[in-house]
Amino acid sequence: MTTPVPLSLDVNGERVDAHVLPRLNLADFLREHLQLTGTHVGCEQGVCGACTVRLNGDIVRACLVLAVQTEGASVVTIEGLSDSGEIADLQAAFRDRNALQCGFCTPGMLMAAQDLLQHSPAPDRDAIREHLSGNYCRCTGYQAIIDAVETTAQARAEPRS
Amino acid sequence: MKASAFSYARATSVADALRLLGAHGDKAKLLSGGQSLMPAMNLRLLAPELLVDIGGLTELRGIAVSGDVLRVGAVTRHVEIAGSADIAVHAPLLVEAIAHVAHPAIRNRGTLGGSLAHADPASELPACMLALNAVIVIQGQAGERRIKADEFFTGIYETVLSPEELLVAVELPLARQSAAHFFQEFARRHGDYAIVGLAAQAVVARGAFSELRLAYFGVGDRPVSAQAADKLVGKAFAPATLADACTALDAELEPQQDHQASVPMRHHLAKVLLKRCVAALLNRPELAAGAAA
Repeated sequence: MTTPVPLSLDVNGERVDAHVLPRLNLADFLREHLQLTGTHVGCEQGVCGACTVRLNGDIVRACLVLAVQTEGASVVTIEGLSDSGEIADLQAAFRDRNALQCGFCTPGMLMAAQDLLQHSPAPDRDAIREHLSGNYCRCTGYQAIIDAVETTAQARAEPRS
Repeated sequence: MKASAFSYARATSVADALRLLGAHGDKAKLLSGGQSLMPAMNLRLLAPELLVDIGGLTELRGIAVSGDVLRVGAVTRHVEIAGSADIAVHAPLLVEAIAHVAHPAIRNRGTLGGSLAHADPASELPACMLALNAVIVIQGQAGERRIKADEFFTGIYETVLSPEELLVAVELPLARQSAAHFFQEFARRHGDYAIVGLAAQAVVARGAFSELRLAYFGVGDRPVSAQAADKLVGKAFAPATLADACTALDAELEPQQDHQASVPMRHHLAKVLLKRCVAALLNRPELAAGAAA
């Protein structure tokens, strides 16, 4: 029974059909089967947040979800999120504030930050810290990341002229 | 690391899951949200031969009030509990506790039944079940049995569940009028496992406790219902009462030493939480004086 299992799901708006072994996690499926390598693999135990993706609208750890559990699901990765333009302003704020150095954590940070801004349009710095507390960054010291998310929230709250 | 190889079966019903568990016994593991099971498997601490996925069983999902009982299905996710109007009214302790459970991406996936069956002695929700006097509903092939939360947890990662059984729901008594609750924990960082934590549910009348349940976590091999609560219930409150309760708490808790804290530190923090709890629930801030950790 440890044979490949058929799997159909939606990834970044495209239907994907595959056969996968049960032990394959969603992060490795995205990276190795679909070549969507923006989803990074850090700790593989749910601690670092680098593999954060959207599953049926909610952010999850792709390393703690089996690919076979996503049958019929809708997955959005950092590629889908950035290609759609949904977070163009957030990405620009990260660049402007130097909120990344090596960039390893950045896809997960962007997924988690956009999740916060969707649910809470005007978060204070404590709320931003708390929402990103499950995403590790070993370069920036976090301050610039908090700055970028706060700036984006403020800019989105301003009326468009 | 990656999990070792295993087989996977998506259960089509509770009966189907029980049949698979009956056939495979302790070689099988139930997969609900997977937020404790998958890390353990990726670290090769666990290597089941078969995962039985119950995460999609709608019959195990949901929050419903019937009569004087609030029933929460086993695969109801933390995020659903935290956002539920019924939980906010009838068991608000859970809303506060879940804010301390890991991080948003974990809470979007982790389930109540999974957390209870995993039975990590430092985790929040098992202690809440003790504080709320929950009944754990267990289904086996022979039928259903109902276990009080006080008797459900038997050790580190151990419960009364047999490998052939499935935790289907928990039932909580509805919070009474004049009910009050308290939840606090000490952790190195937000979202980490607690060093010591306290979940408490009380009924307060005329400045005194008519009921009080104190459930500590992180102080032993399972969540602990502190009998020190008895020292505080049903009597006019005097400062010496709290001192008595602290002495009783010291005598009954048997915390372990680990990389996070020594035994005396855990005793100290447990008493700090008791003082803060009593001060908050009786609205007597002066009682928390000296309860800085």
